Amino acid sequence: MKYLDEYRQSDGIQKIAAEIHRITTSPWTLMEVCGGQTHAIVRNRLDQLLPKELELVHGPGCPVCVTPLEMLDRAIAVARLPEVIFCSFGDMLRVPGSEHDLLTVKAAGGDIRIVYSPLQAVQIAEQNPTKEIVFFAVGFETTAAANAMAASLAKTKALGNFSMLVSQFLVTPAIESICSAPDSRVQGFLAAGHVCSITGYERYLPLAEKYRIPIVITGFEPLDILEGILMCVDQLEQGACQVQNQYRRAVERVGNRQAQDLIQSVFRISTQHWRGVGSIPQSGLSFNDEFASLDATVKFDINNIKTTERHDCMSGDIMLGHKKPKDCPHFGKECRPEQPLGAPMVSSEGACSAYYRYSQQERSNEHPVPATLKN
Amino acid sequence: MCLGVPGLIEDIIGNSPLERTGKVRFGGIAREINLSLVPDAQVGDYVIVHVGIAISQIKEAEAEQVFHYLEALEVPENRRDDEVPR
Ligand code: SF4
Repeated sequence: MKYLDEYRQSDGIQKIAAEIHRITTSPWTLMEVCGGQTHAIVRNRLDQLLPKELELVHGPGCPVCVTPLEMLDRAIAVARLPEVIFCSFGDMLRVPGSEHDLLTVKAAGGDIRIVYSPLQAVQIAEQNPTKEIVFFAVGFETTAAANAMAASLAKTKALGNFSMLVSQFLVTPAIESICSAPDSRVQGFLAAGHVCSITGYERYLPLAEKYRIPIVITGFEPLDILEGILMCVDQLEQGACQVQNQYRRAVERVGNRQAQDLIQSVFRISTQHWRGVGSIPQSGLSFNDEFASLDATVKFDINNIKTTERHDCMSGDIMLGHKKPKDCPHFGKECRPEQPLGAPMVSSEGACSAYYRYSQQERSNEHPVPATLKN
Repeated sequence: MCLGVPGLIEDIIGNSPLERTGKVRFGGIAREINLSLVPDAQVGDYVIVHVGIAISQIKEAEAEQVFHYLEALEVPENRRDDEVPR
């Protein structure tokens, strides 16, 4: 398919990988912020194409992984109610809550429906006027636009039976918090392309300057990621600290204004708790007053559910770039996709699931890269 | 959930506010996609779609850029390193 296949062509990948080898003279640590990029890197074994001086660490960009435990427990509590049809993206269903997961509720007869778009949940609300429809609205800025659209549509259609359990995250404050941490190893960022399609990248300019760190807005195909790495390393080798846009075909400096306006009309910025990471000021979105009636935590009085986090999952260390999944003592043992201890093993964007799914596969015949480039 | 994939707009079906809708093809599959956030996108354009909503229209000239760059990397064997365009 156009704009997909051509960005996967192996000869282009080889050329960029060779160029990265040519220009790299020092050890550098880069963070790919988005879990989708982590999966693309591990699936295509792009990390093996890089010079050994170059390390990629994974960022906090998996919304399923960072959704706080109390939100999962709230979701489970609402999904159990007989009058509720609970709608969620598929990969939230197996994320462990305090005691159960949503899949357990579904197996016990709860009406939980997997949707691929929040707009489907709005449709389900229209089709089931005698039921309460609750959508589990998790995600970053990209998904916030879709969630804002679902909320606006539900309000326009006066759907009194639709509400949302909102767990939304803003990426820039998380990057800032990583930059400002004294123990951060990250020297350059590959920022998440699709988040920036919505937000643009002006907000990264002061960050790059303040922390003297290159930030490259990067897409998701192998060629995108390698080109993003090349641009980032090139800056580091030259002592530059600019914001560059590798994903020019989909991202503009100012972003998508329609989407920004829509998000602003529905949500306000709030403090957000990131599972494994902690609270980050101004890093989340909650309903503003005008849309407060769509807040499922108020509608079903589940705001006060308190939970205690188990401490056997080290997802926070992994999402802040301190550790790799294989450093976790549970990886591939007690914690596997079919029996996960933490969200990063469940999510289609989780770093642990990426390592588990792809890194053990022997596909040497399929590797797009000549042996001379491998370390 | 966060991986947006590009698709080709084959038809515009609805045009009301918040519900501008099109038939968008992703390889062998066509799906109904909300196009409200890409008001300029028309039939024949490629869009990036995320959770059922088009979030960005692909700019073709920019999409070709990386391939021009790759062509430029194809330099003669006896090139000097400092001649390589970056
Ligand atoms: S392997 Fe499992 S327990 Fe370890 S960090 Fe990953 S999700 Fe958590």
